[in-house]
Amino acid sequence: MTVFLRSVSAEFAKILTTRMWWILAIVLFLYIALLAGGLSALFGGIATGAISSSAAGTGGGAPPAAGLPPLIYSFASSVGYVFPVLIGALATTGEFRHQTLTPTFLATPRRRGVLGAKGVSLFVVGAAYGVVALAASVGIGALVMNGFGIDPQLGDSATWALVGRSVLAMALWAMIGVGLGVLVPNQVATIVIVLAFTQFVEPLLRLASSFTEVTAGIGQFLPGAASDALVGASFFSVASAASAGAASLLWWQGGLVLLAYAAAAGIGGYFSSWKKDVT
Amino acid sequence: MPTGAVIEFSNITKRFGAVAAVNDLSFTVEPGKVTGFLGPNGAGKTTTLRILLGLVAPTSGTATFGGIRYRDLPQPLATVGAALEAASFHPGRSAFNHLNIYAIAAGLPSSRVTEVLNLVGLGEYANRRVGGYSLGMRQRLGLASALLGDPGVLVLDEPINGLDPEGIKWIRGFLRAMAAEGRTVLVSSHLLSEVQQSVDDVVIIAKGHLVHRGPLSSLDSDVAPQVIVDSPDRDALSAALSAAGLSFALGRTGLLVAAGDPGQVGHVAFSAGVEISVLHRQKSGLEDSFLALVGGGDSL
Repeated sequence: MTVFLRSVSAEFAKILTTRMWWILAIVLFLYIALLAGGLSALFGGIATGAISSSAAGTGGGAPPAAGLPPLIYSFASSVGYVFPVLIGALATTGEFRHQTLTPTFLATPRRRGVLGAKGVSLFVVGAAYGVVALAASVGIGALVMNGFGIDPQLGDSATWALVGRSVLAMALWAMIGVGLGVLVPNQVATIVIVLAFTQFVEPLLRLASSFTEVTAGIGQFLPGAASDALVGASFFSVASAASAGAASLLWWQGGLVLLAYAAAAGIGGYFSSWKKDVT
Repeated sequence: MPTGAVIEFSNITKRFGAVAAVNDLSFTVEPGKVTGFLGPNGAGKTTTLRILLGLVAPTSGTATFGGIRYRDLPQPLATVGAALEAASFHPGRSAFNHLNIYAIAAGLPSSRVTEVLNLVGLGEYANRRVGGYSLGMRQRLGLASALLGDPGVLVLDEPINGLDPEGIKWIRGFLRAMAAEGRTVLVSSHLLSEVQQSVDDVVIIAKGHLVHRGPLSSLDSDVAPQVIVDSPDRDALSAALSAAGLSFALGRTGLLVAAGDPGQVGHVAFSAGVEISVLHRQKSGLEDSFLALVGGGDSL
């Protein structure tokens, strides 16, 4: 086995030998299951007339029944993407925090290879999180929609294309987490940045950017917007598309933008912290 | 049997801003011996060892193992085993899993992890989370990770710190055995007395400068040698010593004579017909000369 492949399997061993990966996976599953199930029930109820639009207070903005399944399924990445970012960021910041960079670099002195191995292994872990999140959004969502008599479109190839692209998006988000972790090695600071950016800053920026055409052109390059473009559907796109003609990248462009974010953060972090003295 | 390589530091300098933590340090460490790397806290020992291991980049100079820098070693863990500070682990991981990660990275079999854990006496705690380990157990875990690749060179930073008396006795024997097998053993400490019984050579630094290097016994000759002598009749002894031209001072257990050879002092007393009750070479010279070299109580 080459040094690089050995590094990749060492990185997998690092993730799988502490409790964080399965705790995050369980929380991710429950969170997405609750959201997909709950909103399937709400929109399903409105679409089938079981709940009146005015009672739901949505002002008639609820999506039509045919558009509902992809929307619900995309919760896996449009809402769940913070989880792969966190596991990726913890994988790098944990090395700084617990001073395990010392034994890591003693075993593998070529540091670029170690960071690359982390990116590769976290890409796979992120994809696995994507599978977990989609099991929740598709599994629970389809069950509930079926209960309301809405076709869950499970036989549709477009649905499975969305599933595949969601898994890819989650994998790329984990790599972004790795990059962010080397850019901001302080674990607490990184977690605060991840939560603040994904939960508040970016949604506000996306909303604000959709008000004018110029800013909308820039807004589509925000990581969350690029991720939604890659996946091909999201609650956010539906909501903002209703208010303005928000621009969106093609799916593969969205994927490349995410990859570029991961690479930029990783390369920046390599020079700002990873290759520095380990004391 | 793995053979040791010569460790060579050539003109190592490391500056942190305007402060030179290590200043133009050059020395070699030979295989088949235990070399003590001594100096007070803050002298630059840890920085020097981290430079040697490629963890810290020197401002100038090179540090090599048999002429090869650490980062260029084809199989680093099988060439050099290092134990630095005792806290380089994730507290939620077991000792076995912790070591296994680095065994995987170095291409070593998992059976070797079990072997080294048994070797350092942690076998029965292998599956316990390291967060619950005592300082002594962490030191042993650090040593286990150094031994993982069965290396010819051992670099240990303060390995005795935190060990109980039994552990100290064990590690002393262990270091001697490693050197006897032909390995290169470099052990740092801020206390000479801690390593005095197990080292052959010493390298002493203070404030980033090399102040002494050589065999342990060479420390002895660095201070003026003294002989302790006493007699039931101290006045007669004093007179005899003065007559022979030897200077002396009154010590707690007798007269401290500025002479290297007890035989010479005994001869003076015998010639003067003075009975002596005590006659021996003063033994505390090592620690004294060590402290004199590093600047007394000047440490941090």
